[in-house]
Amino acid sequence: MIDVNALVGPYPFRAVPHPDPDVLVRVLDREKTERAWVGHLPSAFHRDPAAGNAELFAALKPHAQRLRAVPAIRPDWPRWEQALKDARDSGAVAVRAYPPQWQLGPHDTAMAELAIACGESKLPLVLTVRFEDLRQRHPLDVAGDLSAAAIRSLARAGSGVRLVVTAAGRDMIEEVHWGLTPAEQERVLWDISWIWGPPEDHLAKLFRTIGSRRFVYGTHWPLRLTQTPRANLDLLPDDLSGAKLGDPETF
Amino acid sequence: MNEPLIDCHAHFLHAFCGRSDWQDVNAARFRAGEKIGVTCHVASMLGTYGFMSPTYFPSPDDVTAGNDAMLAMCRGEGKRVRMMVTVNPNHTGHALEEIERCVAAGAIGVKLLASRRADDRLLDPVCTLAAMHGLPVLHHIWQHRRREWPNQEISDGADLARLAARHPKVIFILAHIGGGGDYAHTFHALRDSPNIHPDLSGSGVDRGMLDDAIKAVGARRLLWGSDVTMCTGLAKLRALETTGLLSADDMKDIRWRNAARIFRAGSFDGAA
Repeated sequence: MIDVNALVGPYPFRAVPHPDPDVLVRVLDREKTERAWVGHLPSAFHRDPAAGNAELFAALKPHAQRLRAVPAIRPDWPRWEQALKDARDSGAVAVRAYPPQWQLGPHDTAMAELAIACGESKLPLVLTVRFEDLRQRHPLDVAGDLSAAAIRSLARAGSGVRLVVTAAGRDMIEEVHWGLTPAEQERVLWDISWIWGPPEDHLAKLFRTIGSRRFVYGTHWPLRLTQTPRANLDLLPDDLSGAKLGDPETF
Repeated sequence: MNEPLIDCHAHFLHAFCGRSDWQDVNAARFRAGEKIGVTCHVASMLGTYGFMSPTYFPSPDDVTAGNDAMLAMCRGEGKRVRMMVTVNPNHTGHALEEIERCVAAGAIGVKLLASRRADDRLLDPVCTLAAMHGLPVLHHIWQHRRREWPNQEISDGADLARLAARHPKVIFILAHIGGGGDYAHTFHALRDSPNIHPDLSGSGVDRGMLDDAIKAVGARRLLWGSDVTMCTGLAKLRALETTGLLSADDMKDIRWRNAARIFRAGSFDGAA
């Protein structure tokens, strides 16, 4: 199992217990998770993610076998193409972008260019629908959730685009998935960190309608309890208990 | 029998809730409950869940319909389901009658929604009756209300603390610390209200939330529950074991012994 939605570093709006790489490795051991794709949490809120990316690569270096860097690339920033090349050359397994935090709208051409460029570099683009529940956000946290329209727009940007969308719920997933052609649907994977299990059984319904292969394992550590997605899988109805998730490493 | 586990915050649906899949949802709760090890679901039915009147402002007729369905479920399910009687305190006479009627039929607690702010004097008759019968009151809570939200008259921990101070003989269950809003505010608000017991339910699974809850009020005031997301309930159950803050005895308290203490004697006979 690979956790595609892990982060390190502090969060600006509340205290998060020890969001450090060595702790994450211990959590992976405890939860029997092989590897994690790891982003740098503060970078989502920095104007320039460059310093955060450097910090991320340095922090993960001692744990390179388990923790794979997912740097942030801001496509409305000068020389982002070089930043993407540097990220790939440094061993990034994917790239993160945060359109709401950077005030890039659903049809922003720079985001589409980034998605296409990531695809050409064989790097999935990791998107975050939200960091926290809307109802608990700090008064200064006004970015809002990533919209379904933004995801659809990126999925349609080119045949090489590969998106891993994290922290989405059932409504968002269905709105995007059924608003795409079958070919476009194949360009999107969804992490299960925010999908409800029983009694509403959203995860089970999505597995039945969309297929479990469109979903990947994600925890949203260190913001959320890492036990949640595993619990969700454990509580699937018996006929879905062996359902196979998608493989983000061959996406 | 394995270690008991009491879900202090559960809901079931019924035929008049406007959903054709209501039986599937109820079956899913039992299915997941069995996997998690729930030995008793302490549950309520919230009027018609918005079908005929708003979920958080149920009409008297809808309150009665939900309570009738809940009583019927209890009769059919035996020890694995116990009932909280739902009332709307804006209809005081009806609320008191429903409590008397449902307690006579086996209800063990009162469920208050968000029909009226928690510190409103209109809740006093309900709480006085709850004290007479020894009924815990589960109150829907928005963790830190900073403004009004549509479709409910929300209350937070500070509002409930004022009500709890007026009714020191009543045990209040503060609903779902993970159910939305800022739980950090809640922990401060109820620290000095010993008759308020927070339940751990809700879809929110922020890291640090459980640790802070334990530090703020101690294991003997926390109740395990799931509300509408049993996956997060199981995750919290597993996460509690890893906090390093709880002994095996503490875990028993949170799993079931606190519930057994605050509800009337015999409420969980055969289940805990």
